[in-house]
Formats: sequence, C-alpha cells, structure tokens
Amino acid sequence: MIQAAAKLSAAGGLRTLQFDASTPLQLSSGAVISPLTVAFETYGQLNAEKSNAVLVCHALTGDQFVASPNPVTGRPAWWPRMVGPGRPIDTNRFHVICANILGGCMGTTGPASLAPDGQPYGLRFPVITVADIVRAQAMLIEALEIPSLFLVIGGSIGGMQAMQWASAYPKRVFACASIASAARHSAQNIAFYEVGRQAIMADPDWRNGEYLAAGVRPAKGLAVARMAAHITYLSEQSLRRKFDRQLQGREKFSFGFDADFQVESYLRHQGSSFVDRFDANSYLYITRAVDYFDLASDFGGQLANAFQGGATKYCVFAFSSDWHYPPEDNRQIVRALIAAGAEASYVEVETDKGHDAFLLEEPAFEAALTGFIDSAASARGLALTGAP
Amino acid sequence: MTLTLVQPEAIAQNTRARVRTDHAVIAGMVRNGAKVLDVGCGDGALLHLLARERGVKGRGMELSQAGVNACVAKGLSVVQGDADRDLSDYPNDSFDYVILSKTIQAVRHPRSVLKELARIGERVVVSFPNFGHWRVRTQLLASGRMPNTASLPNRWCETENLHLCTVRDFADLARELHLDLERAVPISGGQAGAPFAATLWRANWFAEEAVFLLARR
Repeated sequence: MIQAAAKLSAAGGLRTLQFDASTPLQLSSGAVISPLTVAFETYGQLNAEKSNAVLVCHALTGDQFVASPNPVTGRPAWWPRMVGPGRPIDTNRFHVICANILGGCMGTTGPASLAPDGQPYGLRFPVITVADIVRAQAMLIEALEIPSLFLVIGGSIGGMQAMQWASAYPKRVFACASIASAARHSAQNIAFYEVGRQAIMADPDWRNGEYLAAGVRPAKGLAVARMAAHITYLSEQSLRRKFDRQLQGREKFSFGFDADFQVESYLRHQGSSFVDRFDANSYLYITRAVDYFDLASDFGGQLANAFQGGATKYCVFAFSSDWHYPPEDNRQIVRALIAAGAEASYVEVETDKGHDAFLLEEPAFEAALTGFIDSAASARGLALTGAP
Repeated sequence: MTLTLVQPEAIAQNTRARVRTDHAVIAGMVRNGAKVLDVGCGDGALLHLLARERGVKGRGMELSQAGVNACVAKGLSVVQGDADRDLSDYPNDSFDYVILSKTIQAVRHPRSVLKELARIGERVVVSFPNFGHWRVRTQLLASGRMPNTASLPNRWCETENLHLCTVRDFADLARELHLDLERAVPISGGQAGAPFAATLWRANWFAEEAVFLLARR
C-alpha cells in the first residue's frame, strides 16, 4: 500500500514511514527537510472504500499514542475517552491515524533527529509552521493511499492542524472538528510561550541548543517552561477547587522556599515529569510554529476566505473556563465559517476545568461530539456500527 | 412557486412525538429541499421536523447552551448565538427561508432582527403569540392586570417576553420593512385555521398565535 518513495519500519515500538530524498518536505520558510520520517500509530481497520479514516492531530506535547500506551515513555493513551472501541471515535467503525507532529520528539523528524551529516539537528533544524506540520501529515496520508479523510480532529493546537487541513485540502477532509483552539495564536499566548522559551534558553545546560552532543539536557529550564504553560491549561476555579491554599505535607509554613503549597508541589511534579519525555528544542520549535499560526494571513486577513468553497462539515467546541483558547477565539472561527457559508456547529461547554477539559470527563462535550461524528458518518454512508 | 399547507394532523399521524402546531404550519410553508436557517431553534424539534418532512438543508442558531448541545448531539448543524447580535455574520441571501418561531417577542430589537432575517433569507417565517387575542384583551380590560393565557403562560415579572405585539402590529412592521405578506395562518386551541392575509382584523381578535410567511418586495 505504501508508495515506493517511502519505507515503513517499526523499531522500539515506534512505527515510522521514511520518505527518501526524492520526496523532500517543502517548508513555508522556503527551507526543505529531507529525508523526512513520520512516526504514526493506527487503530481499527480501513474499509474497502477507504472512506472511514480519521486523523487525530495531537496537541503541543502529545504523541501518536492516542489510544494505546506509549511504549517508549510507558505513559497511558492520552485520549482513551474519545478514541477506542465503543468510544465517540469508535475504532470498531473507523480507521484512526495519529502521527507525531513535525518538530516533535516521538519518532517524527525534529530538532533531536539526526541531520544528514549524522549529528543531531539542534538549532540547525529549520523553523516550521503549522502548515508544515500538516503538509508532513498529508505526505503520510498520501503514502498510505487514503484519498480523503472522513474526519480530521484535534484539540488545542491539534484543532489548528484540523482547520489547516480543511483549509489547505478541502476535498480531502469530509468533516473537521476543532476543539478548544483558535485561528490565530493570541498575544497573551505568545507571551506565555516566550516565557517558556526564555526559561529553556537561560538554562546553562541548553548550550545554544547543542546539549545532546554534550550529553546533557536543560531539564530545569524545560521544567519551568512546562510549569508556566501548564497554568494556562487550568482555570482559576479548578486550581481553587483542587488545591486552594492547602499546604503540602505540613501544618505550618516552612519559612523557606520549599513547596509549601500543594499547588507548588503539583506544578513541580508537572515540570519534572515532563522533562523525562520531551525534548527542549522540540518545545522551542513547536511553540514557535504555533506563535506564527494565523490562518487568515494567507487569505488577505479574511478568515472566512480560508474556508470558502469547501464542502467540509465543521464542528467547533469551546470550554467556558478556557483562558488559553477562550470561547471568543473559537467563536471567531465559527463567525468565519458562517460567513463562508460552511456547514458548521458551535458548542460551548460549561465547565470549570479550563483548557484541559477536552482531555477530561465532560459528558456534554462527549454527547455533542458523538452526535456530530454520527451524523457526518451517516452523510458519508458509513454504517452506524462497524464490523471490527 | 406553489405553497402547500400541510395540515398538522397529517404530520402528527406519522410522528410518534407531538408536533407543535406552529411547527406543523411552518413545515407547510417551506418548500421541499430548501435551505433553511432556524433562529432560536431550541432543542432542534422544528429543524428535525423540516429535515424529515421537507428534506431541507437545515441550520440553526440558539442562545441556550443546553439547546445547542441537544441539537448537535442529534446531529443537527447548530451554532450558539444571539439573534440580537450574531445574525450579521450571515451573508446576504444565504438561505431560502429564515425562521423565527416564537422568538421575536423575546429579542431586544425586533425591528432590526426582522430586517436582518430578510437580508439573509429570500423568505422569512415568523410565529408569535398574538397580544390582540380577545381573551388577552378582555383579561386586561376586566382585571387590570397583565394577561396570562396558554400562549402567554408566565407572569409579567417572570416571562422572557420583551416585545409583545398583535397581529396588526406585526403586519405593520413587515410593511414598514417592505416585506410582502405571502401567507398568514392563525392558530387557536392548538389548531391551525384558514389563512387570513386579507382579513387581519378578524385574526387579530381570534388567533392565539399567528404564523407569517414574508417575502422581500
């Protein structure tokens, strides 16, 4: 099934598709990545008509293991509520594909990968965009010989990828679901990402991006980057509900700088567990790609033009307490879809769980997403319950 | 264009769920396969009916989150939005029909909302409770208090209604906005009556609710 220019392999639990030098990845900046490797995972069977493929786009620090444990990190599947047998994205019914994004560090070519000279790319890796990330996914889908995707779906920057897909390849996307996302990264979000990048680059172990060659990692800087970003994924209400001002394992203040408060301890844990599984340069490159994302910019500043003329069915989801990609950012997408005459739904879920709500238990979200997927599937002529 | 009026009973027969009379009347006004926007679509009952009975391409807008979620969970294309604020997103002439069922009395600016509906759709269907009904008039006259009827069930201080009007008031507004009255159907006691376009005064006394089909002049 795979085109001659690409080679499938599986090593260390990672399935990868390696494109040879005859199929380089052309980047928005004009640079080229070659050879390109895309790591991906699949679940469920592709039907004979090849009409039931779903592409799940992962978020900033996610990976391709959307519905199964990551064999490298040992971490559990990241979206088991939504993807699996009998789940809204039912793997008995759909062929689900999830690829590690370009610039990532779970098998797809990124700054920690070896450049053609045998040394890690480091800062020699070209700056990429969300459009480049999607272009690499499109090369994978083409190589897998899937002419059109039934659904492209993602949360957070996964939603950006889904919209980019529908905008760049309208004929290849039957339905598109964007969850807790935005058509452009806000100044506030660029600011938070910049704090994270500065934390990484201020770590002496970052070594101008060449820490891999030196056998060290900027763990402290990366942990701080993660801590700062993680706050934006929660909400004031959820922090209050979970931690309030509770002290961590003590009755009184230490009158020092230990993690006196539970919220400090929680954030420190988020930071330290992150550095074991994520590459600092990947963090720099991917956050930069997201900073640059402004879907309207290629369309004269008119977002509606990004969606003009396609027949894709859209559903946009937002969460009321999300201040990373607040409802207003999502409503902007919906306004553009309406102006473009696209078939669109918009669901705003009332929750105090903040941005991360899309990964958590939210029955109203699940019910609405199921309704959207089922109606799109019936419009696509897919049976309500698929044979495994 | 010929319009066929589907009798509410005819629709009720092949439906297990009870169909609201004004919904059945609206279904009778909409052409098969038309592109329809239902503003204030609630839980999607009308859109569902129109899809089933008329094969329309339906879209909805609804203010309440619970309503939107219910619609999308049913597979309908519905966005959360406010008729007073969000209609400007829709391009000119993007629908064959725009429907506002029992919502116009609850919006802040009925005149500009109706104007927007006529910009977006070739035809506009509006249903509303008639404040000119004899029972409303006599209640107000006799008791000196705001009337409560089957169509106006809530007390003045608990109702969502902001701009109640009579059949004549609404006809005046439509005329002011250069909209032709193509058809008007009275509803009383849950039954649709004979179309009354030529006899507004009578409907204004005897219709508990009215459904108007308007077209741009």
